[in-house]
Amino acid sequence: MLIRYLGKRIFFMLISLFLIVTATFFIMKAVPGGPFTSEKNVPEEIKAALEAKYKLDLPLHEQYFEYLKGVITWDLGPSFTEKSSTVNEMISRGFPVSAHLGAQALLLAIFGGIILGVIAALKHNKWQDYSAMVIAVLGLSVPGFILASFYQYFFAIQWGLLPIAKWEGFEYTILPSLALSASPMAFIARLTRSNMIEVLGQDYIKTAKAKGLHTFTITVKHAIRNALLPVITYLGPLIANILTGAFVIERIFGVPGLGREFVLSITNRDYTVIMGTTVFYSIILVVMILIVDIAYTLIDPRIKLADAGRE
Amino acid sequence: MFVFIVFYFLKKDKKEKVRGVIALKKNVFALVSSIAVLGTALAGCGGGQQAAPAPANNTSSEQPAATPEAEKKPQVLKLNLHSEPPTADPGLSEDTTSAAIIRATFDGLTRIGADGKPHEAAAEKVEVSEDMLTYKFTIRDAKWSNGDPVTAHDFEFAWKRALDPKTGANYAYQLYYIKNGEKANKNEAKLDDVGVKALDDKTLEVKLENPTPFFLELTAFPTYFPVNKKVLESNEKWAGEAKTHVGNGPFKMESWEHKSKLVLVKNENYWDKDAVKLDRIEFSMVEDENTELSMFENGELDWAGAPMSALPTDAIPALKDQGKITTQPIAGTYWYKFNVEKPPFDNVKIRKAFAYSINRQALIDNILQTGQLPATGAVPPSMVLNANGYFKDNDLETAKKLLEEGMKEKGLTKLPPITLSYNTSEAHKKIAEAIQDQWKKNLGVEVKLENKEWKVYLEDMHEGNFQIGRMGWLGDFNDPINFLELYKDKYGGNNDTRWENPKFKELLNQSALEADPEKRKKILADAEQILMDEMPIMPIYFYTNSWVQKENVKGVVIGGLGDVDWKWAYVE
Repeated sequence: MLIRYLGKRIFFMLISLFLIVTATFFIMKAVPGGPFTSEKNVPEEIKAALEAKYKLDLPLHEQYFEYLKGVITWDLGPSFTEKSSTVNEMISRGFPVSAHLGAQALLLAIFGGIILGVIAALKHNKWQDYSAMVIAVLGLSVPGFILASFYQYFFAIQWGLLPIAKWEGFEYTILPSLALSASPMAFIARLTRSNMIEVLGQDYIKTAKAKGLHTFTITVKHAIRNALLPVITYLGPLIANILTGAFVIERIFGVPGLGREFVLSITNRDYTVIMGTTVFYSIILVVMILIVDIAYTLIDPRIKLADAGRE
Repeated sequence: MFVFIVFYFLKKDKKEKVRGVIALKKNVFALVSSIAVLGTALAGCGGGQQAAPAPANNTSSEQPAATPEAEKKPQVLKLNLHSEPPTADPGLSEDTTSAAIIRATFDGLTRIGADGKPHEAAAEKVEVSEDMLTYKFTIRDAKWSNGDPVTAHDFEFAWKRALDPKTGANYAYQLYYIKNGEKANKNEAKLDDVGVKALDDKTLEVKLENPTPFFLELTAFPTYFPVNKKVLESNEKWAGEAKTHVGNGPFKMESWEHKSKLVLVKNENYWDKDAVKLDRIEFSMVEDENTELSMFENGELDWAGAPMSALPTDAIPALKDQGKITTQPIAGTYWYKFNVEKPPFDNVKIRKAFAYSINRQALIDNILQTGQLPATGAVPPSMVLNANGYFKDNDLETAKKLLEEGMKEKGLTKLPPITLSYNTSEAHKKIAEAIQDQWKKNLGVEVKLENKEWKVYLEDMHEGNFQIGRMGWLGDFNDPINFLELYKDKYGGNNDTRWENPKFKELLNQSALEADPEKRKKILADAEQILMDEMPIMPIYFYTNSWVQKENVKGVVIGGLGDVDWKWAYVE
């Protein structure tokens, strides 16, 4: 049954990817300006030669089919701005860096967030709760670039503990990971807290207490599991987001990740890079959502995969 | 999976319950105290930045009367490249980052020296014919970084390759001065007809369309640099990686970690290697200007700001007060363009009234703050034709009179709505707001501001879809033609104003044929006079470069065009 379910899901994933590619392609082409629009307008013939070289002189639908072919064979074409690289190379260079940074930030965010949230819920309306939530509010409301500058200022410039920027070893990854994890950690903490509070007030928890179970067992065995479901839902998009890079943090810390391409390619009208990063991100996103759906069943046995449920 | 890790963590806690609780409490304390730290940080940051000590500027003045050789500093420069160079292939280069790397790793026929003039480089001798149409370059005995000899054929190959429409070189028009260059690029002539020919390995003969007094400056421009034919033919992507990159310049590429780090080392095969004192240049690629400045202040960089990057605008006043900033004019003009086909700017007097009525010096002193020069002409100081400018800055009386006359001529009692456009950016916005305010105060004119995303803005400007629009222009080489040529044709690619003047056109054509530099200068000055009499553009200021550097870094040559050359750099 799982196989049938997966097959169906993957089929729908492909359809959504196709729709994303199509929509991005045509919207992108509809935006005024192109990769060769520049402050120093080059003579017409040079522009024409460039367009011929990159096949921008073909009718739009032919460009579109060319591109679809490219996506299927995973040949995303050359970058317009970075003449020495192809989009495939840009992704394979940038993604490992972004993913490394993202994974560290994720671990921090998940552990930190859940622990903060659980503490806050268990000590509801006590000082522990308030402190945890002040941290969460700060994490959510202080923008990443300000946090990043603070970290740089104190940890690197004032105390000289860690390097300011660049990407040359583990010590270089600490500050950006911290900065990147702040907002998701805060979000997870608040999500966990509110769900925990709700769960802790339910009858079955009271029953467990009446049975004489220890608070700790109740929390771990009965409460957290149920409280974490919304967190898992949030994790899908979060993982896709955080692994593919964060423009601001990467820029401030000089991290050679993928995050900048998402933003700068649009400014540059670097068509192939816009498409490449979008497709790549979409793939990760749909896969993560699938994994999250499967993960539900592991956490909560009551949830069944759609097809299996019919039996 | 993460969830299970959490479970494990909590279970482990249970076993060591007591300790666990203490740990938890400690944890919370730590968190609370970190909030306190954050709070102080919030409070203290405003003043903190300026008060930050600068341990970097260690002007180690320990000179124990020994010879300079005795205390040899490691000859390493640590610089920031700001962003990844789009290419290291001279034929395809079109931006300053690429050009800087290419200038360091290649050598043209000529090279611009510290005096701003071209000197023989890869060519050891240049002979120019009487009519200034034929150049004969004798190529020096030199080697590529891979050991191949540098020959005249490499130049011929490189130039023809850049002109080949199939190469798709954006800067191919730099080679249009060569006979049949433009035609070949437009597919109207064969590449074989282009006026560049290697007579033998050592002699390169170049024929030009017109006498071009600045041709030896052009040969110092990346598009004119040689490429190693063998390397290029064996590997199309040779310029993308350090391993395969081959140049003939003072440095060669040791490593290139894309978007992260690039290292140049001295090229032992360079013909003039004795003049190269640096052993290494290490470039980082940090795009954030504040981070770059912090790294400089922390001693991790030897240089911050122009020409590769910029100083953060907020930091400039403080740096200026500390006297750390260096400012140098570069060949660029910031101007507003009038669309001469849209009322009210179809009237020259109204255009002039707008141009005369702003106070450029006040704008520079209060808004720009980095020593820009007020522009009262189109051509920047390094190539200036008329050093006194063509009109007076902040000439309110004339401006008011002209506005009145202009409105009378057009039969207007009230000006139509006017919109000033600029591309979205904090700096342009500040300037536009200041000028809007000056127009209101000085002329009593209400102007609306409108900002657009960069490429949308460019498209609108090129299509004449504006009334007043901001633009800037940086020269490619040190000659006034760079700036005047823009306004030659009504629909020329970079005119935008829809302005055209037969006399102006005629003068520019004349200047191309004139071999005598003095006479040519006079012709161009007359042309600029027409441009300023007609005022399709309103010059505002001439650009400057500002940077901070360690005091022991010497010999970095920054040209009048803002191009940088590290060939002669050293650390004292």
